[in-house]
Amino acid sequence: MKIKSEVAADVRKICASYANEPSPLMMVLSAIQKKYGYIPLEVQEVVSQEMNIPVAEIYGVVTFYGFFSLNPKGKYVVNVCLGTACYVKNSQTLLDKVCEVLEVKPGETTEDGLFTVDAVRCIGACALAPAMMINGQVYPRLTPAQIPEIIDSYRKKEEA
Amino acid sequence: MEPINSIPCLEKAMCKCSEELNAKVKGLNGKRAIVVCGGTGCLANHSEDLEAELKRLVKEYGLEDKVTVNHVGCFGLCSQGPFIKIFPEETLYRAVQVKDAETIVKEDLVGHRIVEDLLYVDPITKMRIAKQEDIPFYKKQVRVALHGCSLINPSLVEEYLGCGGFKGLKRALTELTPQQVIDEVTNSGLRGRGGGGFLTGRKWQFAANVEADQKYIVCNGDEGDPGAFMDCSILEGTPFSVIEGMMIAGYAFGASEGYFYVRAEYPTAVKRLTEAIKDLEEAGILGDHVLGTDFSFRVHLRLGAGAFVCGEETALLNSIEGKRGMPRPRPPFPAVKGLWGKPTCVNNVETLATVPYILREGWEKFASMGTEKSKGTKVFALGGKINNVGLVEVPMGTTLRTLIYDIGGGIPGGKAFKAIQTGGPSGGCLTAADLDTPIDYDALVAKGSMMGSGGAIVMDEDNCMVNVAHFYMNFICDESCGKCTVCRIGTKRLYEMLTDVVEGRGTEQTLEDMKAIASVLKDGALCALGQTAANPILSTMANFPEEYLAHVKDKKCPAHACKKLVSFTIDPEKCKKCSLCARNCPVSAIHGVPGKEPYVIDQSKCIKCGACLSGCRFDAIHKE
Repeated sequence: MKIKSEVAADVRKICASYANEPSPLMMVLSAIQKKYGYIPLEVQEVVSQEMNIPVAEIYGVVTFYGFFSLNPKGKYVVNVCLGTACYVKNSQTLLDKVCEVLEVKPGETTEDGLFTVDAVRCIGACALAPAMMINGQVYPRLTPAQIPEIIDSYRKKEEA
Repeated sequence: MEPINSIPCLEKAMCKCSEELNAKVKGLNGKRAIVVCGGTGCLANHSEDLEAELKRLVKEYGLEDKVTVNHVGCFGLCSQGPFIKIFPEETLYRAVQVKDAETIVKEDLVGHRIVEDLLYVDPITKMRIAKQEDIPFYKKQVRVALHGCSLINPSLVEEYLGCGGFKGLKRALTELTPQQVIDEVTNSGLRGRGGGGFLTGRKWQFAANVEADQKYIVCNGDEGDPGAFMDCSILEGTPFSVIEGMMIAGYAFGASEGYFYVRAEYPTAVKRLTEAIKDLEEAGILGDHVLGTDFSFRVHLRLGAGAFVCGEETALLNSIEGKRGMPRPRPPFPAVKGLWGKPTCVNNVETLATVPYILREGWEKFASMGTEKSKGTKVFALGGKINNVGLVEVPMGTTLRTLIYDIGGGIPGGKAFKAIQTGGPSGGCLTAADLDTPIDYDALVAKGSMMGSGGAIVMDEDNCMVNVAHFYMNFICDESCGKCTVCRIGTKRLYEMLTDVVEGRGTEQTLEDMKAIASVLKDGALCALGQTAANPILSTMANFPEEYLAHVKDKKCPAHACKKLVSFTIDPEKCKKCSLCARNCPVSAIHGVPGKEPYVIDQSKCIKCGACLSGCRFDAIHKE
C-alpha cells in the first residue's frame, strides 16, 4: 500500500511542528493517531525519514502503547469500562453482551467498519459504574439488557 | 490580568484576589454565585450542559448583573452528582439534571426559596440537608491536597491566588534558602503519595546533592490503577497547586525545567493543565526570573499513551524520552541519572499538590495531622460496592471503618462487607477483621496490603475474591512490558493457573504452584510492577483460603460469580410455565410447553448468562 502524497506531506508537517522539542517521537505519534485514527507502517516510514530514527524503533514504540493502532478503527468506538470499580459491578457481562450483539471479539472492528469494541481501564466515571463510552458519550449504570437498544440507535443514525 | 513580575506585584494581586473571592463567596459584591461541578464524573452526567443551560436561563431571566455561573472541581460525593452550589447561602443541590435548571432559577434565584427536592437526603434520618458541611460524608474530611477544589474556578489564576495560592512559593523564594525548603518538607514527614511512601524531602535532598548543569522535576500523573481518580480530580480541580508544588521543588533542588506526564485518558485534566500553564506564563509567574528573582522555571506537558507500566518512574522517563516505556535497572536512581541522563525527581500529583500547603502553613501544622510515621492527609477514590462512591481526603490515622461507614455510608442493598482492595493491582485486600486498622503506610503493609495511590474498591458478599484476583492478574499480564523474563512469563503462568481455578480445573497443587511463582516474581522482577504483581493473589489466598479451596476441591464458587462454576436450574414446583425464560434465552437452551409442562434448562447448551434468572417473575430459577 502506498500512502497519498498529501498524507505524507501532512505527516512531515506534523514532525516539523515538534522539531524544537527534545525527543518528540511520542508527541508526533500521538498527533498522527489523533488525526488519522491509526499509524500504518507506511506512515511510520515517513516519520522515520523525517526524524532520523530507525523504523524498527518506531514500530517498537507504536506496538508498545495501547493508544497507538496499526489498523483503522470503526466509526464508533465502543469502550466498555473494565476498571475495578466497574468490574466488581459486573461490567464483564456488558462487554460479553456488546461482543455478542456486534459479533466481534474485544479489540476487533465489525465488517462494515462501523464499530470497534474495546475493553478499557477506567474512564473515570466510577460513580456511574458499570459504564460504557461510545465516542465520548458515557452510558451510566448499565445492564446487559440495555445494550442492543444502544447499539441499534447508532445503526439507525447511520441508516438515516 | 496584569503581569505579576515581582514580589510586591504578587502581594498586591494576592490581596486583591482574596478580597474578590471572599466577596464572591459571601455575596459582598451584591451578586450570587452558582458553581457547577466540572469533575469527570459529573461531566459524564452532563454537567457541562447544565452549566450552559444555567447561563442561558440567567440571561433569559435578566439576572446577568446579579448572578454568576462557573464550573469548579470535584465535590467528592460523585454518586450523587451532578452538584451545584449557590453562594452566599451555600445551598448545595445534588443530582441536578439539565431539566432542573429552570426550577432552580425560578424558585431559588428569583423566588429565594430552596428547592427541597434537590437537596441531599440523609439515608438514616431522611432529613433534607441544605449545607455541604452538615452532610455526614464531609464531616470527617480535611482538604489539604484538594484545597480549593470545588470552590475555585480551575481556569482562573485569580481565584487560586484568592485562596492562598502561591503563598507557599512566595515564602520559599523570599524567606528560605533551597536547603531550608528541603528541610521544611523533610520535617513535615510528607511521603510519596503515589504509593511508594518514600520521604519526599529526602528524595529532593538526593537530587540537591548532585552537581549538574541541568536538573528536572517530573510530575507523575500517569494514574494507572483502574478505579482510581484522585490525581485526575486534583489536576482538574486545582491544577495551579500542582504547578506551584513543582516550582517549589524546582527551587529546592535546583531544577529549572518541569515535566508533567499525564494519562491521555484524562482529556479534561489535560485541557485545564494546558490552560493553567499558559495563564501562568502570560502572568509572568512561569518563565525567566520568576517574580523578579534569580529563579527561572519552565513547565512542559507530555501525554501518556495507554501503558500502565509508565507509572513506574524509570519507565515514565523512558516514555518522555520517546522510547518504549520499559523500566531501567536501578541504581543509578533518577535523582542521580534520570531524564536525559540528568538528576531528576519524579513526584506524584498529590505529593506536589500537598507541598504548597506545607510551605504556606508551615511543616508543624502538616505534621500535627496523622500518625507517627504517616503525616498529613491522604486522598482516596472510594468505589465499588459502597453507597457514597467518590473522592475523599482524610487525615492519616483515620480507620478503615470510618472511611467505609461514616464517610462511605456503608454497603448498598443491606449486603455484607467483604473486603476493601487498596493499592490496585499491586496491593491487596483488607477484610472485616482489619476495619479498625488506621490508614498508615506501615500499618497497611503489615496487614498484607499497601497504601497505594489511593484507589479503594469495596467488595460485598456477591464478589468472589478468586475472581477479583483473576481480574487483576489479567490486567497485570496485559500490562507487563516484557523486558524481564520473570515478569513476562511469571504473570502469564499465574494468569493461566488462576484461569484453571476459576473454571474448575484447578487442584490444591495449583495453589501451591502459584505461591512458588509468586515468590520468584517478588525476588526476581526488575521493577515494582512485577515485584508486586502477585500481591492480589497472595492477600486473597491468605484472607479467604476457604474460597480458593471451594474452587479447587468442591468445584464451587461460593459467591456464584465464576461463570463456569455456577449452574442455573428451574424449580418445577414454582414454574408457572409462562415461557418467558425460554424466550429470553439467547441460545435456546430452555425447553417446555407453554401452560402445560414446566421449563427445563439444557445444561450442555447453557452459557450461564443469567438472562432467565433476571427475567423470571416467579422466583422459580435458582443459581448455585
